Amino acid sequence: MALVLTQDETMVVDSARGLFEREAPVTAFRALRDGGEPLAWDRSLYGKLAENGLVAPNVAEQDGGIGMGISAAGLVLEQSGHVLAASPLLSAAISATLIACAASNQQRADLLGPIVSGERVVAPALDEVARHDPALLETKAEKSGDGWTLTGSKTAVIDGFDADSYIVSAMADGAPALFLVEKGASGLVVDRFAAVDSRNYAKLALSGTPATRLGDSDASAAIAAGLDLGRALLAAELLGAADEAFTRTVSYLKERRQFDRVIGSFQALQHRAARMYSRLDIARGVVLKALRALDEGNDDATWLASLSKATMTRLARDVMMEAMQMHGGIGMTDDFDVGLFVKRAQSAGELLGDDHFHTERLAAGKWGL
Amino acid sequence: MATQIEERPASELDSFRLEVREWLAENCPVELRNRPRGMDTSFWGGRNPVYPSEQHKLWFERMASRAWTVPTWPAEYGGGGLDAAQGRVLKQEMERIGAPDALSSLGIMMLGPALLKFGTEEQKLEHIPLIAQGKIRWAQGYSEPGAGSDLASLTTKGEDKGDHFLVNGQKIWTTYGHKADMIFTLVRTEPDAPKHLGISFLLIDMDQPGVNATPIRMISGNEHFAQTFFDDAVVSKANLVGEQGRGWDVAKYLLTFERSSMGQSLGGGAGSTMAEVAIDRLGREGLAREPGLRREVAETMMETWAMQIAGERMYDAGKAGVLSPFSPNVMKLLGTELAARRTRLAMSLGGFDELAVDGRDTYEWLQAPPNCVAGGSNEVQLNVLSKRALELPEHK
Ligand SMILES: Cc1cc2nc3c(=O)[nH]c(=O)nc-3n(C[C@H](O)[C@H](O)[C@H](O)COP(=O)(O)OP(=O)(O)OC[C@H]3O[C@@H](n4cnc5c(N)ncnc54)[C@H](O)[C@@H]3O)c2cc1C
Repeated sequence: MALVLTQDETMVVDSARGLFEREAPVTAFRALRDGGEPLAWDRSLYGKLAENGLVAPNVAEQDGGIGMGISAAGLVLEQSGHVLAASPLLSAAISATLIACAASNQQRADLLGPIVSGERVVAPALDEVARHDPALLETKAEKSGDGWTLTGSKTAVIDGFDADSYIVSAMADGAPALFLVEKGASGLVVDRFAAVDSRNYAKLALSGTPATRLGDSDASAAIAAGLDLGRALLAAELLGAADEAFTRTVSYLKERRQFDRVIGSFQALQHRAARMYSRLDIARGVVLKALRALDEGNDDATWLASLSKATMTRLARDVMMEAMQMHGGIGMTDDFDVGLFVKRAQSAGELLGDDHFHTERLAAGKWGL
Repeated sequence: MATQIEERPASELDSFRLEVREWLAENCPVELRNRPRGMDTSFWGGRNPVYPSEQHKLWFERMASRAWTVPTWPAEYGGGGLDAAQGRVLKQEMERIGAPDALSSLGIMMLGPALLKFGTEEQKLEHIPLIAQGKIRWAQGYSEPGAGSDLASLTTKGEDKGDHFLVNGQKIWTTYGHKADMIFTLVRTEPDAPKHLGISFLLIDMDQPGVNATPIRMISGNEHFAQTFFDDAVVSKANLVGEQGRGWDVAKYLLTFERSSMGQSLGGGAGSTMAEVAIDRLGREGLAREPGLRREVAETMMETWAMQIAGERMYDAGKAGVLSPFSPNVMKLLGTELAARRTRLAMSLGGFDELAVDGRDTYEWLQAPPNCVAGGSNEVQLNVLSKRALELPEHK
């Protein structure tokens, strides 16, 4: 598919942007953060997102979704990045993919509808170590009667605090498998993790925790699909956040006066701004290309997901540094929004692998270096 | 607003692709495929054509017979008449087998598009077919010793003599000026008008006593550009493109083609084999012992891929009518910088042996930085982006 938006996608973007601007401007995120509500996201906003078909729009129509593809999910995340909307959109899209790829027909029918409608928050629990490394899977699954029990630990569980259920990866009979674990299950300890971006995260400890297996075969491909999607969506969100921080910075350059002129007339700053503009322009194509490739099931899709995540992690980091610097002292204050973007860029950059991880993944995996 | 794209039926395009694939398989000489491409190993056409090899001649004649030297130009002016999607298929199929362009030409890259937009019917009928068939080799006469980045301060004079102009002055950095047949040139025809308004765009035949070009040797050792002198050169008014005094508009339009093609050709495809080269030269064990070098190769591959995607997106956006007017500046800036870094890195992969004065990589390395200056220096691209795209105020 072409690297421009279709009419339907433009409608998704407009609808997402409208809703976020009305219901979730950055002030709303700030209020959530300052309010200290442990959930860290707004249920009423999430309900409205779901009503508008913006929660996991990648879920197929036969599974109760709107079937707009991963591209649409990415475009929604990109818009959420502009306002730093704290909603469990990313976890919903990843969990839905894990379920769609691994679960039995009955399980799909039971689980996907409530995710899309926003009734259930299902958090994916795949990581076990601080630096993302999905190859490392030590959580063990053991048969117990009709079901299974899990023992191990998970970290970096996105939207994992107070989630209704979890999709947990574990080794079963020597191969990776995926399991559904319900909130409050015995032997499950959920630790809220207070992160710098004030979003909802948790660490999980599981000991003999009862779980339902999704499907009955090796879930490696499903996990890979979930990771690819998550990485491409995070890249899209980072694009939105970086674009916003950049736009705000350019406005400031036109507004702030020193030496009897606006600081945006200094060529030293102009060239740095123009360079960011150029890199954002190139990155926009990379992000869309990865989303399109995932929708098309293109052979390079998994590598493009890495390319987009690496590109955006690094670019967002650079843009945030410049945004802080070009705002001078005010850019370093908590009252000013730039800091909120800086923090989100750091965590979205780390989740599911940073630029170093993905550069290495491409070097070894795609190019055999 | 994004537009829904009208595609021709996929099946029609597929059968076109098959036809192209077969034709290329039969007609593109195997010896020319997947070869390094430099300015000196291309065919440039002209009144006195020099073919780098017999295969180049064959390949050029075959492509020219279908006007696939300019596949998407209108057929009524001797172009190939393909639509954009077919043109893209041809390009993809050529890339697939590593087929080189049959004809390298500033006429194709720059002048043709400007003539199609600003030329009179007579000018199009006269010049476009000759460009398509490689009969005339064109040079670009913009820069002067005193007018580089500040191009509008140029002083080459075009005196209005009724039915012709008399041209006097000097141009410099004229790519292949000493080998060209004709030159499209910016000259000042209204000395009293404001800087940007007194300039006209003239097509000048270099085969006359009043025009002389002497080559300049570059750091790569090659003589790719020249100084061009005009000494009472005579230029018929029929060779004025666009209105008199409005040559700046033509020049600027033409530059967008120069910039995007520079950015795309240098930034994209060209570097997609760097990882293979690295493995070939150093082996995986060698690379593992040098993680910094290995990392730089990977990053270069990633940036090259991103530039390829940017080229694809530019094409799609153009087709959908949503192309950003600043894409050429972005492509030129980042594409030429990437090419310079990549060709320099290629030198390191071969270590001492790469220092050979006549090595191919040496040559490509020294060829790349000039493109960061040519076509409007990269600082000028940054200025344009600051002012036009970001609307940052000028420093007064
Ligand atoms: C390989 C090559 C091929 C070329 N081919 C042609 C050709 O065929 N025809 C033709 O007409 N010309 C050609 N050129 C000339 C080219 O367009 C000029 O070299 C270019 O526009 C820069 O002009 P200059 O060399 O006078 O450098 P200058 O303008 O003197 O620039 C010197 C340095 O100052 C910087 N600078 C200048 N102004 C500013 C500013 N306002 N802000 C910040 N920095 C600034 C520049 O970026 C550069 O780094 C070619 C050049 C090269 C290198």
